[in-house]
Order: sequence, then C-alpha cells, then structure tokens
Amino acid sequence: MDAFLTSRNASDVLHGLVNGMVFGLVALGLVLIWRATRVLNFALGAMATAAAYLGLGLLSYGVGFWWCFLLCIPAGMAIGALTERFLVRPLYGKPEINPIVAMVGLLILIEAVVGSIWGTRQRSVIPPFSYVDWHLGSNPVALSPLAVFQIGCAVVMALAVGALFRFTNLGLQLRAAALAPEVSRLLGVRVSRMLTLGWALATGVAAVACVIVSSGFISGLTPSGMEGPFAAGFIAAAVGGLESPVGALVGGVSLGILEAFVTDYWSPNLVLPVSLLVLVVVLVVRPNGLFGHQRVRRV
Amino acid sequence: MIRVAGLSVSYGAVRALRDVSFDVPTGQVTAVIGSNGAGKTTLLRTISGLVRPAAGSIDFDGLELVGLRTEAIARRGIGHVPEGRGVIEEFTVLDNLRLGSLHGRGKLAAGLETQFELFPILASRRKQHAGTLSGGERQMLAMARALIAEPSVLLLDEPSVGLAPIVTRDVMTTIRELCVDRRLTVVLVEQDAMSALQVADRAVVLHVGEVVADAAAEVVRADENLRHYYLGVAT
Repeated sequence: MDAFLTSRNASDVLHGLVNGMVFGLVALGLVLIWRATRVLNFALGAMATAAAYLGLGLLSYGVGFWWCFLLCIPAGMAIGALTERFLVRPLYGKPEINPIVAMVGLLILIEAVVGSIWGTRQRSVIPPFSYVDWHLGSNPVALSPLAVFQIGCAVVMALAVGALFRFTNLGLQLRAAALAPEVSRLLGVRVSRMLTLGWALATGVAAVACVIVSSGFISGLTPSGMEGPFAAGFIAAAVGGLESPVGALVGGVSLGILEAFVTDYWSPNLVLPVSLLVLVVVLVVRPNGLFGHQRVRRV
Repeated sequence: MIRVAGLSVSYGAVRALRDVSFDVPTGQVTAVIGSNGAGKTTLLRTISGLVRPAAGSIDFDGLELVGLRTEAIARRGIGHVPEGRGVIEEFTVLDNLRLGSLHGRGKLAAGLETQFELFPILASRRKQHAGTLSGGERQMLAMARALIAEPSVLLLDEPSVGLAPIVTRDVMTTIRELCVDRRLTVVLVEQDAMSALQVADRAVVLHVGEVVADAAAEVVRADENLRHYYLGVAT
C-alpha cells in the first residue's frame, strides 16, 4: 500500500485531483449560468479573479487569510449579480451572439481594470498550510496540507451547491426558473431574481476556484491567472455536458488527472492538444456530453 | 369577482383581442369558448400578466391586475394551468407540487393530503418524473399544482386537449366539484365547447378576438346560431 501511495501514478492522480477540482468548480459555474440563462460566460474566470483581488487584496492590510478567503465569495456573488442585472439582462431575447460578444468584452475590461488597479505583477497568497508533501517512511506522498485544503475547499463548495439545489426551496425555485421560466412565474416564483442569484452563485463558486489556484505555492494571483483554468473548465463543462452539474465536476476531475499524466509521461506542451482531442471525441460520440441528455418526451 | 373591461391585445399588427369586456362571478365556472385563433389563450395570458394589453383593465376584487408582474398576480391567488399543462418534466410529481405550494396560502403537508385525496393516482406516482406521466395524469398534476396554492381563481387553458373522452369527463366533473365544494372561481378556456358548457355557469363566446356572446351557459347551449356559426357544433 505504501509503495502504491508513493508511486509515480498515485502522485499523478493526487496532483491531478487538485487541478481537476479547480476545473470542476469553474465548469460548475459555467453550467449554472448556462442552465439558468443559456449564456456561455467567457468572462467567468476574469470575474472570479476580480473577486479574488477584492478579497485576497486585503491580506496586504493585515487582514487574516480566512477572512479574506470568505470575503471572496460575497465579492464574487456581487460581481455575478451586477453583471447579470446590468449587462446580461438587457440582452435576453436578442441574437445569441450578443451575450457572447458582451462576455468577451467584459473579460478584456476586467483584466484591464484589475491590472490598472492592482498591477500585473504576481501577488503571492500564502495560506496557513504547509506545501511540503507528507512522507511515508522516507518516500514523499504527493499530498500536502495545502493540497488537502485545496481539495477540501472544492469538495465543500460542490457539496454546498448540490445540497442547495437538491434539498432547499430556494434550490427548487432556481431549478424551476432555469427549466421552465414561464410556468415558474405562473406559480409565483420571482424568476428574474432567481436568474440573478444563479449568476451570483456561479461567480461565487468560481471565486473559490480562483482562491485555490492563487494559493498554490507557485501560481499566486495575477489578472490573467484564471485564463488557463477557465479554458480547462470550459472543456470539462463541454465534456461533462453543459446541462449537468455532476458532469461538470466529473469532467473537471477527469481532465485534471489526464493532464497530470500527460504532463508526467509526455510533455506539458501536449496537455491542451490532448484535452481538445478528448473533447472532440466525446462530442462526436455523445454530442450532449457524457452526462448530458436530450430531452425525451412521451407522445 | 374579476371584471374585464375594454381589453385589447395586439401582436405586432395582429389584433388578438378587441375591446373585450365581461365579468367572472365569484364561485362560478365561466367558460370562454370559440374556434381556433379566437383569442382564448391570449385572454388568459393577459389576465395572468404574461401578455401586456394595449388597452383595457382587469379588476380583481378591487385590485387592478394590468401592470402587475405575473408572479405578483399568482401570489394574489390567481392560479393558471397553461395550455399544454406546463408540468416540469424533469421534476418528480412531488417536486412539482412542492413548487406549487411555495407561494400559496397553505402548508405543504396539508396541501399534499388534500391533492392526493382529490387525485389519488398522484400519490402513487409521487416519486415519478412528471415527464413519464400520461396525458391525463399530467393534467391532474397541473391542476393539483395550481390548487395546492389554494387560489381563489383558477384559470384553465384547454384541459381536455389530448385526453380520451372518459378522462375529459372526469376532469370536467372535478372542475365542477371544485367550484361547488370550495367556492373556487374558474375561468375555463375550451375548444370542446359542449364539454365546457356542461359544467359552466356562464359562457363567453369569442370570435376573432371579439366577444360575440356573454350569457348563462344554458342560454348559449340552447342558441343554435351561436353553436353553428361560432362554435362549429352541428345543429
């Protein structure tokens, strides 16, 4: 057992798990927004980065890590809600290309604004956890307290979102507003409010992903730091199925582990081509993604 | 009581309703009948706030409904079972009913008991996805979901569409019982005019967006000209 845990393959799996959970959270955010409003939010990574700067930026004023971390979530939610209310809502019912263009524009705008306020230099984020891997005997296991923190954050966030949707009246209304807005209105559900909340939740989730990325020993926080994780999260969401929150998480974790193996056994340069190849194969075999499904109606 | 006065609705250049006026008495079934394209569904959607009228007013016990949001109208006690039933197929029967009860006046548990008593088949299907129900079961679910909110007015859009005659008869009987037993006010839009007239107290006949008759149901049922020219019923 010890030999397995310290093996090269186990190391790849554990490294992949950390990245994969980040991809999964980004994909979950994309899926939440897609299900609610049928918008592919290309600015999600940038919005999450802005939230992380707002929260983690307070570290330099002596505010504790945990307070800064927790502040990132409401900051992300506020950014998501404001974006839906003032930028996306006027575009509902307009040609489908309009929100895509708007989101790409927002991505560029946020990166520019964040860069001009906080600078483009990497800001280190030091969480209160060691990045040194644990050892079994004299051999290291590819798992550190920091990695456990990162995986734990992602799991707690995913479970919290899942519980919200599955067990609460608010989650029921969020799902109903996304699936059947007109019927929901007829039942008294404030659909506009639910859509705003959907964007807020999604951006809050992505903000946690950004904190996880930034709190890595090497990565730190930069205005464009979420571009890579966003691209991977986008692929994960498409692989898992844009309609499926579970598919987003499974897609993210699978992609993270695949990337770790490709990096280790082949080359980091092949990560993106292999990921895209997987995406193409999945979409050819299952056009709605692994967990997506076409609606079947009884006639 | 609902009082519709001078209601006009346009879809672009097409006038769907023209100066429509009629009353819906409390505790009675008012049937709105007419051929395809008469404006029946538009009328219900306008009462519910889904369609904004170009002119006119809808008074509900002293409250002006025109200008209110759909969800606000629903929360005031106007339930609407839309055309095609509108059950959420991805939800279970229970979740559809939970959703219906959220902004209603009663408690979920008591509401479920009442609805399962009224529609026993739903109790045995409670964990089943609504997309797997038959047409009749979906109609029952749609009605139960609206009724669990304990509305004072129920708008029903074509409840008989796609149902076998015997199921249609059951649905119509249930509508009548709801009205008599609970003093529920019902606006029943139906293309099957004779089925609607059998359970209705009053009838409003629409033709190309205009009211051509507004009278007691038995009067409309007995009027051969109305039946022949506007309802397509052989005399």
